[in-house]
Parts: sequence; structure tokens; C-alpha cells
Amino acid sequence: MATLNSNIPAGPLASKWEKHKFSTKLINPANKRKYKIIVVGAGLAGASASATLAELGYEVHNFVFHDSPRRAHSVAAQGGINAAKNYQNDGDSVHRLFYDTIKGGDFRAREANVHRLAEVSVNIIDQCAAQGVPFAREYGGLLDNRSFGGAQVSRTFYARGQTGQQLLLGAYSALNKMIGAGGVKSYTHAEMLDLVVVDGHAKGIIVRNLQTGEITRHSGDAVVLATGGYGNVYNLSTYARGSNVTASWRAYKRGACFGNPCYTQIHPTCIPVSGDYQSKLTLMSESLRNDGRVWVPKRKEDCKKRPQDIAEEDRDYYLERMYSAFGNLAPRDIASRAAKTVCDEGRGIGETGLGVYLDFSAAINRLGEAKVRERYGNLFAMYHEITNESAYQTPMRIYPAVHYTMGGLWVDYNLMSNVPGLFVLGEANFSDHGANRLGASALMQGLSDGYFVLPATISGYLATQNPGKRPAADAAAFKEAEENVQTLTKRLLGNKGKRTPDSFHKELGKLMWEYCGMARNKAGLEKGIKAIGELREEFWKNVSVLGEAGEWNQSLERAGRIADFIELGELMCRDALMREESCGGHFREEYQYTPDDPETKQGLVNPGDVKRRDDQFAFVSAWEYAGAPDKAPILNKEPLVYEEVHMSTRSYK
Amino acid sequence: MKVTLKVWRQKNANTPGGFKTYSSPDLNENMSFLEMLDVVNEELANKGEEPIAFDHDCREGICGTCSLVIDGKPHGPHQGVATCQTYMRSFKNGDEIVIEPFRAKAFPLIKDLVVDRAAFDRIQHAGGFISVRTGAAPDANSIPVPKENADLAMDAAQCIGCGACVAACKNASAMLFVAAKVSHLGLMPQGQPERYKRVKAMVDQMDAEGFGGCTVTGSCEAVCPKEISLDFIARMNRDYGVALLKGEPKAMEGGGVG
Ligand SMILES: Cc1cc2nc3c(=O)[nH]c(=O)nc-3n(C[C@H](O)[C@H](O)[C@H](O)COP(=O)(O)OP(=O)(O)OC[C@H]3O[C@@H](n4cnc5c(N)ncnc54)[C@H](O)[C@@H]3O)c2cc1C
Ligand code: SF4
Ligand code: FES
Repeated sequence: MATLNSNIPAGPLASKWEKHKFSTKLINPANKRKYKIIVVGAGLAGASASATLAELGYEVHNFVFHDSPRRAHSVAAQGGINAAKNYQNDGDSVHRLFYDTIKGGDFRAREANVHRLAEVSVNIIDQCAAQGVPFAREYGGLLDNRSFGGAQVSRTFYARGQTGQQLLLGAYSALNKMIGAGGVKSYTHAEMLDLVVVDGHAKGIIVRNLQTGEITRHSGDAVVLATGGYGNVYNLSTYARGSNVTASWRAYKRGACFGNPCYTQIHPTCIPVSGDYQSKLTLMSESLRNDGRVWVPKRKEDCKKRPQDIAEEDRDYYLERMYSAFGNLAPRDIASRAAKTVCDEGRGIGETGLGVYLDFSAAINRLGEAKVRERYGNLFAMYHEITNESAYQTPMRIYPAVHYTMGGLWVDYNLMSNVPGLFVLGEANFSDHGANRLGASALMQGLSDGYFVLPATISGYLATQNPGKRPAADAAAFKEAEENVQTLTKRLLGNKGKRTPDSFHKELGKLMWEYCGMARNKAGLEKGIKAIGELREEFWKNVSVLGEAGEWNQSLERAGRIADFIELGELMCRDALMREESCGGHFREEYQYTPDDPETKQGLVNPGDVKRRDDQFAFVSAWEYAGAPDKAPILNKEPLVYEEVHMSTRSYK
Repeated sequence: MKVTLKVWRQKNANTPGGFKTYSSPDLNENMSFLEMLDVVNEELANKGEEPIAFDHDCREGICGTCSLVIDGKPHGPHQGVATCQTYMRSFKNGDEIVIEPFRAKAFPLIKDLVVDRAAFDRIQHAGGFISVRTGAAPDANSIPVPKENADLAMDAAQCIGCGACVAACKNASAMLFVAAKVSHLGLMPQGQPERYKRVKAMVDQMDAEGFGGCTVTGSCEAVCPKEISLDFIARMNRDYGVALLKGEPKAMEGGGVG
């Protein structure tokens, strides 16, 4: 069994972080440059961490599989980033952001981590503004805010519809400054394919140069993974096509525990699937729910009518009806499930019946088309390109899609995994969002981890390592890891099968959506585990990868990533099966409120809402690799202790 | 619908390339252009032929990875969108579509339709930043930014770094890209202290990378997926002029701090 110590500092919640920073050992400036830190990833988390660590004086080597750090998937975030600035004077505070996030995560995140996140949030906005991030402004020149799902205050900062790109460009510019100054060495088109563990500590990585196929070894005093989320296990998702789990998965196979793998976020507002050829699903930012009203026809018979022809009284604004306090701004998991429910009732719209309307006519009447265009113009344009429909004239059609993964590698309060020396940041770790992430909080977490948390905590580990004594890249463990990578590459290219890697990805995606998607149950998950296990075997029997090892080879890249996704899919189903409760985005059909439950009668929840079982499942699952893909992984549990907040029934009514 | 593709195939930079013709399987007009290529590639792979290498990632017009010249036009027939936002409904049954990489001396070819745009990164290493250490920032609202400035900076900041402007330009000039970067930071009050140093460093690096000069043909603006305006080039030229007049910033006398 792995040893999991969350290392949450003692003392009152609000002063834990300050005290912890003070008690963490520092490295003296002369010694800092003797430590080499490997950072994999340059999304918000990796770029901000690399830049900041280099500013502190460490030698940083940054690796990305992209051709440029600026293309990390963070670039795609549209809506915004939360911070407890209370610039709107609407009652926001660090404590409120903390509480909203803990509650939003359905009481399955660590209190201490989330509080720290809320504290640091204010520094993030300062940092980004100083970097020149062109946030939206009011006429007086001060920063503008909007509200996002799961919150009743306006605390979301944004930059037109491309907050992610603008924040990433900020972090990338900080990274560029340090690359230019020689503090960071940047490797692009460089994919990490294995973690090197020496005497139980993470001390290096094995990397494939995607342009030349060359495999190289890199040793360091610590390894930081900031490699993003794994939602592409579903094949269709709002992620960029290249996003993958390989870095995390290979670390898992080297002993790092995987936390809460089944916690997946299905985002309520995405453009519905249009055909079998589909390669990705496009998100329509949640900010649209500020002014858009979600509805379906009350009667099945009306579903094929044009929306304009359905009278007001025949429409069911189901979120407003079911969750009157939050209405269209109910948290994502709730809004998604509600959409599924009305579609399952046969009231879905569009060709496939898997869609609901997001209607702006009320907003256009209230604010005028110009104002709506100013707020959402680029999103409406994007919708138009994809669907050929104008949302100014007819409601958008939307449906939930896989969007984010709350699970990830297990880390302690210092963001260090159970493998000493291996740190994990951003979406790749499991730490701050519990079972459901609120909108505009992933950008916040990525930047919090990278700019402020890791740079303050990593010295605690480095202080235990002698400066200048990291293992050389010719140590036995490096040789073994490199051979591991070479063997895998040969095996993939040498396999004389008949099926393309992508055909496996599609099949895996369908299985995952069917059995481990928006609604899960015991029988389905058991079927899923079996089917995915068979798919894994079929993959190795029948995959065909064309091209050569020593060149640009996208089939090879994809095949390796898909092999990892297949194994991950199985683990996600196991986790979902083990978790015999519903919480946040994890909905087990067996555990939901019925009309007879007291909470339903008191009006706290609706029948069908998720039902947690705190007495048995208030823990983080941290899965440990058992040595082979077909061996059942080992479950470790980190109990979740709530000192400050009462684990109440989550109510948005 | 079905189309015929004339695609540039080239094993690597050292091997000569050429066009190859493929006929597509049956397509749906709601497919994106890249989904069409996916389908063609699956067919090729199933026949044991190596798929066509092309770059892409977000598939929603924001990462700047996709980079095809379609019928002679970087990012295809439509204004203001990237390759990945081009849909098959823009073509007709039976069309022949010519697909080439973004060609420019400063963008060496990697394979087929994939080129190396690392030169863009190096331009930004030279000066594409505001020097602010993490933790050293004042409160975000302590420096108000007039909305018009913030909006204009945002117009420039929208650039996705795709390189279509370079591919469209007969001189393979990177002026629009660099102007967008320089203007974004130069329009923000936070960017003022390094404004002239920045423009000089970035333009010098641009020249060193082998991008051509600008003769204001405007072909860059016409293909830019984010419709970055030529006005930013004029702005950059002014700043560059000022930077030349100012010369290198004088170093302070050393010592004296005690
Ligand atoms: C469409 C969309 C919209 C979103 N909108 C919002 C929003 O409005 N607000 C919000 O808060 N959140 C939003 N999110 C979520 C948020 O964008 C992400 O969770 C976050 O940006 C992830 O950042 P990251 O730094 O952890 O990882 P990423 O940005 O995904 O970066 C991963 C990095 O790791 C590198 N990498 C990965 N694997 C390897 C490997 N094996 N070897 C080398 N390099 C590797 C990649 O090259 C990349 O640089 C959105 C997400 C999507 C999909
Ligand atoms: S200026 Fe336009 S065309 Fe040029 S790199 Fe930027 S987005 Fe692409
Ligand atoms: S694939 Fe990202 S912009 Fe086209």
C-alpha cells in the first residue's frame, strides 16, 4: 500500500497557508541554481510555474509536446477566472469563494487546499493585470466582472470570449522573459514518455522529440507535471485533440497514485453531436447562461416544431422551475443532468432529440441586440460557423459534453505526489475541485498552483536533497526507462494488425460515454470494465501503426496515447463502481433522492438529485498500480476531514 | 458529397515533395475541413498508406495550430476563420481542392503539411513580455485602463500566432504578427516602461529569423483568422522609429549603492 500523508498544516483554516509558508524550509540563493527542475507542460500551470521557479533562481527545463508553449489547451478557455476581489461590493470574500467552491465540489475536496486557492485568487488577478492581460474594463477603466454558475456574486474576470488565451499569453510572456534571460530551457515538440524514479524519488524523464523521433534522457532534482486533464478518454469532448493522459499515466505506472479518476465534468452548454465523423465537441461558454434561458417544450409532440412556433406557456424553463434560487446559473453537474433528464423524457430537441434550447430572446428584448453582441458576439459567431444558424434569431441548441476532469494524480498539500520529488499541478492533479468544478475555477487553480503554491512549497522537498547531487542520466534507472520507451515504440510499430489507432479511440469513447458517462450504475460499470479490458487486448492484437520511429509520426503519437486512455478508462470505471454514492458529477443511479426522502420533503433538493453517503464515502480514492494492466489496482483512501464547514446537503433551490 | 484532393506530400525537409491526388469518400456538408481530412486519412491508413500529416489541436480557432493553404488561400475560403473552422458546406460536390502547407523560408517544413513555426517563439523570447516578477504586482485596480485602450489592446492580443499572415505574404513578412504582439503590450499602461526597447528587440529578431520586409500589400490582413488590422503595423513602425531615435538606453553609472 502507498503511504498517503496529506501534510495539511495544523492550526486555524484561515492561517494555515501563511504559517506553512513560514515554516517551509528555504533554499539559499547561491544554492538555488544548483537545483535543476524539470517541468512538463506549459499551460497556465506549467508556464507560470516554470517562469516563477526560474525567477527564484532555479535551473528550469520545460517540455511540451506542442510546437509552442502558447498552444497549450489552456488557450481554449473562454469564460473567465474567479477571484475574491469583491470589486463589485456585492458581498464577496475569500471565505465566500472558499465556501462556494467547497460546496460546488459537493464536499469532496480538501478544505485546506480550497481555502488557499481562494486566498491566492486575489494575487492572480494582480499578477495578470501587471503582465498586461487585457481584461474587460468598465468605462471608468476599472476591471469588469460577470457571474458564473454556482455563485450568487459577480467575481469572474474575463477577456472577451478568450480569457484562457489571454491568461496563457500572460504566463507565456513570463516564460519568454525567463527563456530570453537564460533561466528556462524550453523544449518544444518534446513528449514525455516515462518518469524515471531513482531510489524511490522522481529524478528524471524520458522524452521523444516529435520531429526527429529521437529519445533522450533528462535528469533533475525534481519533476513537475502540469500536463492537463484526461477528458479525451471519451474521444468526443471539448478538449483539444492532442490533450492526453500519457504523462500522468506513465507516472502512475511508476508508483504515483491516481486520485478520484471517475470525477468527470460534463458541461451543460456544448453544441450537440451532428454525426459519426465528429472529432470534437465545441463548448459554448457558460457565461451565456447569464443571459440565456434554458428550455424544452412541455410536450413531446412539440419537439419537432420550430422554437418560434412554441408558445411561451408551452415551454418548460426547467432550470428556473427546479432550482429557483440559481435558475439558469445552477452548477454544471446539475444543469447537465437536468438536460439529460428532459431528453430522456423524450422532450429533447433537434434532429437527434439530444438537445435543449438556450434562448437569448428575452435578453435581446431587455438589453438590445447590440449589448448582447458586445457580450457574446464571438460565441454567437462561433455557433454560426459550426451550425449555420444565427442565435440572434433562433435559440441555440445545446447538449452536455465532457469538459474537465476533477480527478488526477494524487498530491499532498505541497502538491507533491506520493512519489517524493514528483509534483503535479493544474488539471493534472486531483486536488481542489472535489466531485464537481465550478466555472472559472480551473484557470484560477492552474495559476494559483504555478505562480504561488509550488514556488513556495518545492523548497521544502529540495532542502532534503543535496544540491548538485542529482543522479546522472546514465544511471541504471534512466537506461531501464529509456528501454521501456523504445520497447513500446517497437511494439506499436511492429504490430501487424488491421485497425487504425483512431478506431480504438472511437470505440473506447462510446464505451465510456455509455457506461461511465452522465449516469452510471453497477451493472453498466461492470460491463464497461469487461468491455474495456477486451478492447485493450484487441488493441495489442490488432492495432496497426504506420510510418517509422525516427520521424514525425502522428499515428505513433496517437497510438501510444490511446493505449494509455484504454487503461485509464478501465480504472475510471473501477473507481465509479467502488464509489457507491452520488456526488457532484458522479451520478450513480442507485443513489438519488426520491420524493419520500426528508430532504426532498423539506424542499432542499429535487427528486433525482445526487445523494451523497458521507458516512462511508467521505474520502479521496487514490489508486495504486498493481504492476500489470490486467491486475486489479489497489485502493488507498485519504479520509476527508471537515473542520470548518459542515458537510451539508448541497442545495441550489 | 465527394471531392478530389490535391495534397502536398513531402517526407521531410531533405526530400523533395509533390502533389498527390486522392478522392474523398462520401462526405457530409456539416463536417469540418479537418474532419474531412480525418476521414480521408482513416481510409488511407486502412489501405496501408501513410496518412497525410497535418497540424491541428483545439479545432475551434484559438490555438493557432492548424495551418493549411486551401486553394491558394491560407485558412481557406472564408474571412476571419482558421482552417479548423472551415466547413465542407463551403465546397460543392465534385470540387477539386488543393491543399498545401504554410510556405516561408522562416517556417521550415517538417512533413507533408506541417511546418515549424518556432521562429515566432524566438521573436517573443527577445522581448514579448512585461518584466514583472511573480508576487511584485500592485493591486489590479490601482492602474485604471481606459476602456478604449483596453479594447484596442484586446483587438491586437487576439492574434493566435498561426502564421497565416506570413504564408499569405509574397515577402513572407511577419509584420502583422509582430505588430499585433507589440501593440497589445504597447497599448497597456503596464507595457510603457519597456515599450521602445521591446519593439526594437522584437523587430531585430524578426529580421534575424529571415522573415521578409513589408510592402503593405495587405494580403496578411485578408487571411488573418482574427482579422488583425494593418493599422497595428503602422503603429509598430512609429514605435520602431521612436526606438531608433532614442537609441540604446544609457547604462547608469556603476557603484554608489554602498
Ligand atoms: C473549451 C474549454 C473552455 C474552458 N473554459 C474555462 C473557463 O472559462 N474558465 C476556467 O476556469 N476553466 C476553463 N476550462 C478549463 C481550463 O481551461 C483547463 O482546466 C486548464 O486551462 C488546464 O490548464 P493546465 O495548465 O493544467 O493544462 P493544459 O493547458 O492542458 O496544458 C497541458 C500542457 O502539458 C503539455 N503536455 C501534456 N502531456 C505532455 C507530455 N506527455 N509531454 C510533454 N508535454 C505534455 C502540453 O503540451 C501543454 O503544454 C476550459 C476548458 C475547455 C476545454
Ligand atoms: S496576425 Fe493573424 S494571421 Fe498573423 S499570426 Fe496572428 S492571427 Fe495568425
Ligand atoms: S486547430 Fe486550433 S486554431 Fe485551428
